Amino acid sequence: MEPYRPLDFFQLDDQYSEDERMVRDTVRSWVTERYLPLCMEHFENGTFPMETVPELAEMGVFGPTLPAEYGGAGLNNVAAGLIYQELERGDSGLRSFCSVQGALVMYPIFSMGSEEQKRHWLPKLASGKAIGCFGLTEPDFGSNPGGMLTVAKKDGKNFVLNGRKMWITNGTVSDVAVVWARLDGKIRGFLVEKGTPGFSAPEQKHKFSLRASVTSELVLEDVRIPESNLLPKSEGLKAPLSCLTQARYGIAWGALGAALSCFDEALRYSKSRIVFDKPLAGFQIPQKKLADMATQITLGQMMALHMGRLKDQDKLTPQHVSMGKRNNCQLALDVARVCRDMLGANGISLEYQTGRHMVNLESVNTYEGTYDIHTLAIGQELTGIPAFR
Amino acid sequence: MKIAACIKRVPTTEAQIKVGADGKSLDTTGLQYMASFYDEIAVEEAIKTKEKLTGDVTVITIGPSDASKEVREFMARGADTGLVLKDDAWHARDARSTAKALATKVKALGAQVVFCGKVATDRDNAAVGPMLATYLGWACVTDVVSLALENDKGTAKRETEHGVETVSFALPAVITVSKGLNEPRRPNLKGIMAVKAKPIPEEPCEAVANQAVVNKVEQPAPRKAGRIVGEGAAAVNALVTALRSEAGVL
Ligand SMILES: Cc1cc2nc3c(=O)[nH]c(=O)nc-3n(C[C@H](O)[C@H](O)[C@H](O)COP(=O)(O)OP(=O)(O)OC[C@H]3O[C@@H](n4cnc5c(N)ncnc54)[C@H](O)[C@@H]3O)c2cc1C
Repeated sequence: MEPYRPLDFFQLDDQYSEDERMVRDTVRSWVTERYLPLCMEHFENGTFPMETVPELAEMGVFGPTLPAEYGGAGLNNVAAGLIYQELERGDSGLRSFCSVQGALVMYPIFSMGSEEQKRHWLPKLASGKAIGCFGLTEPDFGSNPGGMLTVAKKDGKNFVLNGRKMWITNGTVSDVAVVWARLDGKIRGFLVEKGTPGFSAPEQKHKFSLRASVTSELVLEDVRIPESNLLPKSEGLKAPLSCLTQARYGIAWGALGAALSCFDEALRYSKSRIVFDKPLAGFQIPQKKLADMATQITLGQMMALHMGRLKDQDKLTPQHVSMGKRNNCQLALDVARVCRDMLGANGISLEYQTGRHMVNLESVNTYEGTYDIHTLAIGQELTGIPAFR
Repeated sequence: MKIAACIKRVPTTEAQIKVGADGKSLDTTGLQYMASFYDEIAVEEAIKTKEKLTGDVTVITIGPSDASKEVREFMARGADTGLVLKDDAWHARDARSTAKALATKVKALGAQVVFCGKVATDRDNAAVGPMLATYLGWACVTDVVSLALENDKGTAKRETEHGVETVSFALPAVITVSKGLNEPRRPNLKGIMAVKAKPIPEEPCEAVANQAVVNKVEQPAPRKAGRIVGEGAAAVNALVTALRSEAGVL
């Protein structure tokens, strides 16, 4: 395969510290050498390459910003963003796996869990010895998770959970699920372990997007868990939303990785593909496409970097993240579609990266808050008027 | 045992090389760098040697201040200390001036064994290792593909044109390494964080005049672009025709 040459039109490389670049390059070379050779087959088969989990853990990409005492690498948020960018350069399914493990499972346990829960789960999750999933979405409640029907009832020293979750990344392969349910009307987070009677996680098949990722339903029928499995500091809808803010931050970076991969492929292709006796890149229409895409990607890169620096100063708001997620997912999807077109028939072949990224990005644009939902979040921030309902 | 590994910062494999305006050097705008391929094997062997015989590994490079990145990357993998011998024109140094400056430093360190890549992937001289050994007056074993070291001696297998040679030697020695000797480990993120704040000392590199001076750099003529004649079995006829009439290889 041709070496990957990600666009860096404004020399943003100079804006990263030495260790941030080292982190990025480490993940980038792992993706090139270890992940990409496996990716096409897993995408076709609709499987996640579980054999890479120990390597990902050894590299340190699960919960990379968590402190070392809980198994994290203690990275800053820019370095973490670069990790997600590089993982999604491989495939959105790979980045999703790591986002869920880190931002949606380790983060709530770290920020809302008891010391005992943290000590028990975080090292296991960081080392990939346990896999986790995050169950918020339900068949009838996606954009509006506050309407959820899943309930928990106190019964002596136990909680009993009932309900159904849908579209849950990693559900079937998880050892522990962070399940959000209503307890006395209020949304709380619960840890449900694999094998608990009444709990099952059948896989959702026949996806055309994010195929190299496991997506599952979570079925909870009178699932009895000890009271110590409640995340004590999870209170209300803001608890799962705070996890989503973490994950969305990573997605804003990740989507760029997918866009960079498509752009690199289409640029290279357009220079070598001869049409009407000269390279495709020598015509004005493709040049306009390339110029537009390079500009959009560059703007997205600047936004991601600035979000990272704000996050490291503790100044990043959920509305900032909404703008970043919304913008970068949409630009990535636009870039992928244009690149797909520029590759002609090859654009629909899995021998190339672009088509796979394009269909993956449909999921990425939808999950963790659709484009519209983030539009409304930004709109509310600007006007002070909520327009969700 | 005091172990040293010498590494060189070279443009990344992805870099699109352009000749600079002076016609004698590379245009470095926008270039990104990495450690030369064989140097990764050299440092890996140094770390493995430390793990087996105990001791410590120092990674030395001649280069600009920014070369601390490559040095630090090796510290993240397990080297103990690093050193940048600062020379902003490192890529223009000839093999002799490089080897002389390294020899002075290796002596000062008191190293008993030095690992180098058999060749740097930018200028392809394959000369620094042997010259370094000569200046030090040490044994030199080149192109090593297998190595068994003890505290005062070692045996190595070397790949040659005629087949694999087994040699024995006494320490101190300079060993230049080839592909296949080991599988370099990757740094992990915790390793990177552990060395993030470690100081990497920088010293001016001993000035030694070049004897071999580059007058001109030319790029190889560009390869003609490939052409996809079709897909699958249906394309075989077109391919055979093209191989016969255009490429003239059939
Ligand atoms: C591959 C994949 C993996 C996923 N992984 C997870 C996971 O791990 N955990 C999890 O909990 N969930 C997960 N999800 C679910 C995802 O978060 C939801 O699908 C998403 O939030 C959208 O919800 P929905 O599908 O119910 O769409 P709906 O909410 O029904 O939205 C349908 C359409 O209506 C629009 N819309 C909705 N409300 C409004 C409004 N007020 N104003 C204007 N337009 C509106 C939306 O923008 C969208 O265009 C995953 C989804 C996918 C596809």
